[in-house]
Amino acid sequence: MMTATHFAFFDEGSKKEIRRATLKAVAIPGYQVPFASREMPIARGWGTGGLQLTLSLIGTQDTLKVIDQGADESVNAVSIKKLVQETTGVDLTEQTEAATLIQSRHRIPEVTLTEDQILVLQVPTPEPLRKVEAREYVTKRLHAEDEYSGAWLMLFEQIMKYGKTATGADHPVFVNHRYVMAPSPIPRFDNPKMHQSEALILLGAGREKKIYAIPPYTDVASLAFEDYPFTVESFAGQHCHLCGAEDVFLDELIDEATGETYYQCNDTSYCMGRLNSGERQEVVHNHV
Amino acid sequence: MCEEALLRVRNLDKRFGPGCPECKERTNRNLEKNYCSVCGTVYACQDVSFDLFPGEILGIVGESGSGKSTMMQCLYFDADVSSGEATLNDPELQDENMFQLSSQKKRYIRNHKYGMVYQNPVNGLKMNFSSMGNIAEKLISAGKRNVSEMETTGNQLLESVHIPLFRSKEEPRNFSGGMQQRVQIAKALSNNPPILFLDEVTTGLDLSVQANVLDLIKKIQRESGISMVVVSHDLAVIRMLADRTVVMLNGSIIEQGLTDQILEDPQHAYTQRLVYSLL
Repeated sequence: MMTATHFAFFDEGSKKEIRRATLKAVAIPGYQVPFASREMPIARGWGTGGLQLTLSLIGTQDTLKVIDQGADESVNAVSIKKLVQETTGVDLTEQTEAATLIQSRHRIPEVTLTEDQILVLQVPTPEPLRKVEAREYVTKRLHAEDEYSGAWLMLFEQIMKYGKTATGADHPVFVNHRYVMAPSPIPRFDNPKMHQSEALILLGAGREKKIYAIPPYTDVASLAFEDYPFTVESFAGQHCHLCGAEDVFLDELIDEATGETYYQCNDTSYCMGRLNSGERQEVVHNHV
Repeated sequence: MCEEALLRVRNLDKRFGPGCPECKERTNRNLEKNYCSVCGTVYACQDVSFDLFPGEILGIVGESGSGKSTMMQCLYFDADVSSGEATLNDPELQDENMFQLSSQKKRYIRNHKYGMVYQNPVNGLKMNFSSMGNIAEKLISAGKRNVSEMETTGNQLLESVHIPLFRSKEEPRNFSGGMQQRVQIAKALSNNPPILFLDEVTTGLDLSVQANVLDLIKKIQRESGISMVVVSHDLAVIRMLADRTVVMLNGSIIEQGLTDQILEDPQHAYTQRLVYSLL
């Protein structure tokens, strides 16, 4: 027998607890607020932190977009969307502009977010100092004492080893001139989008039981040394083979038959949007 | 004395345990060695007071369990004191009791004013980060943000402690004990601290390496005029390094004075035994 679930899956008490943690996180930008991570119908490590934030925030008026590695149609994104829609009945969208709530893993959408939107990021490792210090009680103290040499040290070691900072994703950021924060495994390309972002950015780690936030219009700087400034991934001279976009984050693909490398927009809805508008223009043009 | 002390320590107490009516009062404490036979509270440091002057090396000797290392840990804020006062003659911290400062301030002092060389390099180094990285860590925490400058400083330091430069990017866990100790010294010196703490730095090293490390310390002190506090139970080390010496027994200072005086003409019965038992 199927019983109807509560609106947005959670009981009101759970939502209240998560919202309270969220409010605290917004009040202290970049500070990791512990919360009682719930058991979810998906496994920990598959976006439970983000899902719990989404479910505690969502209302009937909201329009939800979920992306996984930039794609709206990947399995995980679809499953999360289904769960939220079945328990709330909210509208789903793939268009970034149309969404009020965006849950994402690994990307911040290419379209600039606005004040009316909230971005929820799923975080596997919220602690930026974890690689240097395994003990949680010590890292908490390091945050309290403003002692971030460990985060810099990791970048320094990369420069020593590879001649450049080699963070593939999750390049640590300095939030509101106080806390060093793991921005979740977004590419460095997306780090600058957090600086003075108009949209509220919430980050949730279900397994690690932490919620943290970047409120709108907060200063976010990526860690870098004086003589090794922060750089984003470069796609100079490359463009999307579908829509031709150049100044976006591109996926590198290899044609199995010919062995040739080609590039494609990582943000699928952005690419689709460009293709559709191109199509529309073509129709209008041909009609006349 | 006309010169002003760089570091003043007054009435430092460190107690492990709650204490009981039998042992709470400092004046009529009934202790067996350094612990209370009634409640088992250990008095690791009792009423320790001394001055450290600019450019001098202060030796601290005493047997195992006499409170040398505990005192050092308290001074370096690795452990909290039970009571007491320490002031640093520094324009930023004039006359402030450092034990009362916030942990953020303490961290600042550790990073900017102090260097520490532990007996066990595991405590002072990150064994899975390169030697260069270890030195950089101290520099970064002192506010440096320039990679090539840090690398230059690191190379100079590693050279001065006789670590071949082609191994500078190797992790200290691959090094011998003596090399690890020398990397630790390089790290402690990297931000030019006015005060360096050395806790049993030569213990566990073989004699030729010991001589190397001691030579190095002496040379650094001569060249840069850093004040040092050297803890050791080895009188030979103290004789070679220290200008003045403090003798500790059961958590208290029982004698202090010029090293020569203490070693040639010990006054306290325990110091006499210590000096004459020297092989």
